Amino acid sequence: MDERNVHRGDQGGSASGPGSPVGIPVLEVSGLTKRFPGVLANDHISLKLHKGEVLGLLGENGAGKSTLMNMIYGLYQPDEGEIRVNGKPVTIHGPNDAISRGIGMVHQHFQLVPVLSVTDNVMLGTESMRGRIFLNRGAARKRILDIAAQYGLEVDPDALVQDLPVGVQQRVEIIKALYRRADILILDEPTAVLTPQEAEGLFGIMRTLIDRGTSIIFISHKLKEVLEICDRVQVLRLGKVVGEADPKTSTEHSLAELMVGRDVVLQVEKSPAHPKDHVLDVNSLVVTDDRGLTAVKSLNLQVRAGEILGIAGVQGNGQTELVEAITGLRKPVSGKVLIDGKDVTGKPPRDITEAGTGHVPEDRQKNGMVMSFAVRDNMVLQTYYELPFSKSILRDEKAIDANAEHLVKQYDVRTPGIYTPIGKLSGGNQQKVIVAREFSRPLRLLIAAQPTRGLDVGSIEYIHKQIIAMRDQGAAVLLVSAELDEILSLSDTVAVMYAGNIIATLPIDKADRNTVGLLMAGVVPDHAREFATPMTKEVSHG
Amino acid sequence: MAVAAPTINEAAPAGRKRIKITRTLVFSILFVAFGVWLILGAINTLTPETSTLLTFGAGTPDLPVPTQIITLISGIYYAAAGVICLIMAQQRLRTILLLIGGVLLIPVIIIIAAADASTNVTTLLSVSLRLSTPIVLGAMAGIWCERSGVSNIAIEGMMLTGACNGFVVFTILSPNLATGEAQLVGVIISILSGGLMSLLLAWLSITYKTNQIVAGTVINIMAVGITSFIRREVLFSSEAGRGTLAPWPIPVLSDMPVVGEIFFSGRPIFYMMFVLVIVTHVMLYFTRWGLRTRAVGENPRAADTLGVNVIRNRWINVFIGGMIAGLAGAWFSLETTGSFDDNMTSGRGFIALAAMIFGKWTPFGAFAGGILFGFSDAMGQRFQFLGVPIPPQFLQMVPYVITIIVLAGLVGRAQAPKADGVPYDKEGK
Repeated sequence: MDERNVHRGDQGGSASGPGSPVGIPVLEVSGLTKRFPGVLANDHISLKLHKGEVLGLLGENGAGKSTLMNMIYGLYQPDEGEIRVNGKPVTIHGPNDAISRGIGMVHQHFQLVPVLSVTDNVMLGTESMRGRIFLNRGAARKRILDIAAQYGLEVDPDALVQDLPVGVQQRVEIIKALYRRADILILDEPTAVLTPQEAEGLFGIMRTLIDRGTSIIFISHKLKEVLEICDRVQVLRLGKVVGEADPKTSTEHSLAELMVGRDVVLQVEKSPAHPKDHVLDVNSLVVTDDRGLTAVKSLNLQVRAGEILGIAGVQGNGQTELVEAITGLRKPVSGKVLIDGKDVTGKPPRDITEAGTGHVPEDRQKNGMVMSFAVRDNMVLQTYYELPFSKSILRDEKAIDANAEHLVKQYDVRTPGIYTPIGKLSGGNQQKVIVAREFSRPLRLLIAAQPTRGLDVGSIEYIHKQIIAMRDQGAAVLLVSAELDEILSLSDTVAVMYAGNIIATLPIDKADRNTVGLLMAGVVPDHAREFATPMTKEVSHG
Repeated sequence: MAVAAPTINEAAPAGRKRIKITRTLVFSILFVAFGVWLILGAINTLTPETSTLLTFGAGTPDLPVPTQIITLISGIYYAAAGVICLIMAQQRLRTILLLIGGVLLIPVIIIIAAADASTNVTTLLSVSLRLSTPIVLGAMAGIWCERSGVSNIAIEGMMLTGACNGFVVFTILSPNLATGEAQLVGVIISILSGGLMSLLLAWLSITYKTNQIVAGTVINIMAVGITSFIRREVLFSSEAGRGTLAPWPIPVLSDMPVVGEIFFSGRPIFYMMFVLVIVTHVMLYFTRWGLRTRAVGENPRAADTLGVNVIRNRWINVFIGGMIAGLAGAWFSLETTGSFDDNMTSGRGFIALAAMIFGKWTPFGAFAGGILFGFSDAMGQRFQFLGVPIPPQFLQMVPYVITIIVLAGLVGRAQAPKADGVPYDKEGK
């Protein structure tokens, strides 16, 4: 275990401040082990955190990162191992113990009470009091403003948390930790819910914290971010520490390999497309959103068999409504949707499914599965009424089991069993179940909306391969994604959606990051003129 | 094709205007209909000579009211308000008009019901407030439980147990103790029995994570059985109709006209209602315990990660809620009737839940809701005195109809505490 400290010598370089991290680590964990029924979540994990550094903890979903942090924060009790704070061994029975030792945690899912004010949320548990009975909100409010000013964490202490944007809610979480005088801060996947701009803001805050002597454990599976912000990276895989890396000498590729345990292809390999006849035809489609505003404005779109059409665009430009209209989840106001020349406009989703459409929905937990149903039942959600899964009015349990066993194996779904409720699986494995179900039917048209959102590198690679395989089998693929990298690496043709319409359609060899980025902002650069949708030309500079 | 699309930078929504059936629309139409009905009724069945005499008790002048004109004016108000709501889009104006309409309904009904007769408004209000005591107390019991995240539909059972046990102990003790002392012990026993029943709820639903609706139902059914049994075994032989808690008129204040009779001539548990509403409000919003309780009821995990003991918080809140429900039980047997009958709470515990929801889980809101239901009871009784030519069952429905209008038309969707009814699992997701 000691060879992991070989990098000790150079980690001080980027940690600012006079007290370079030599001497006793502020937090040291050795041999920490946690077993859950059937799983060894943490297997003798050791790590050291020095004063004023950012330690990256990298690992795929289910690698045991959160379990480790929950033990350090006292939410779980370790089965074995030792935690030392400033060199002293401590037992942490609950969050109170962790708080009193200066450990603060920002959870992946914010632990805020939406209906309470920022002040109430921050002081909850360590309330400022006036006398023995009454709360002293004024004092708490003043301390929050002090902390906010000191660390550049702008927030209105009187606002209700539910009215705040996600980025500000995260600031409230950080203030909560600082309010309790935490000098060890654990950030559990803090960027998962943030926009790129908000993430940059967070990194700025983290740098300020480091300057003031706070030490941070930064948990993530996003390689770029880890390389950007961390002084040192430890990689976890299947509950074990598998290595340590220096961000200055590492690349995304080397980290990904360490994290997944094998060579990972970040760039998808695919052969040129051989597009055939039109499968999906969308003509002058107009769709309104939940508030009744026009979200899709007379949009035209064609996808051919054997090609992947990627729709790029900043979220909220009508992509969601477009997909919902095509898949029958939302009735369009006007216009036509044709699949293989057959009019399916406004038809129920079952008709569209039976026309040979597969749909990987944007919000998988809401539209893609029934959380409390077993994996096996989720595998037949659209086909349960057909042979072989159903005979007259009875289900054929054996056929359903066999189907599930087969798909679980083929798509490498990590589940304790086919009878496990899908809600208990990790996000990546839930997505794999959906992909398995959709891709195992003979498809003419595949609609994949944000297919890899929130997934780890290994799962992303796998799902990308499957999408390309569907294309090569002759399906038309409509890919909608907010990740520009995903669009550029998978698509054969890129359509950019802006303000409810497709502003331009480019072949992949003409679609570079810069051009597509400009188009996403609604600007048509001169060299992309020829690809712009005709009507958008005269307003593109408006 | 289809190049004639709207320009891309167009910001204004191009959505078509569609008529949506909103609450305001429904209630506007109802208002118009009701207004027209009042106007027609006033013209056809009432004469200009018809008048209603409103009295306010001794020492105050009586107030004769011309029934037809009042009915006409209010009819015109409802019709006009309905039309204005249909035409004008201003949401604030609509809300104000509908709110006035809701409040106006009560005096209008009293005046019409007592046409050609007299009615004592002070007594009506004082009876209303008295009858709302168990409902308001039950609603407070509900707030303590539900704000911490435990649904309590067992308030009825807790009240009934409190009513029975308190009275039984009072009966047993009264030969040996002064009546006042025996009553005091009785009330304390009521409170404790309510608390004891709530501990059963806490044990089932917090510790064993049983479905809280089922646990509450079990307690309600059990309470009916146990109290009937106790009544037959212990009370059957003893004579009925013992004394009730003595009134506590507050010096000076109780002599004031109107207000004195309504607020300051009550009995102990009646006063406790006001005290507990204020205590509950202060507790919830201004104390450490209240802040933690609200956090536990909304997001127990968040509270847990900050070192708040969720399970302990819930146990204590449920116990306090149960004791308040027990006190409400004492109102039936010890304060009001001086006897105990099977199932004498007759659904007030459930009405209390409705009052709590009406008040959106806030003490003062629930207090208002409780008074509304108390008023419904009082009006039902009053209509029978007045001999209104409509079956009394229908007249008794009126306040509930008002409640529906207020709840659906004005209050809107009530938002329960997020974690209400959800057992907390520390290591679960």
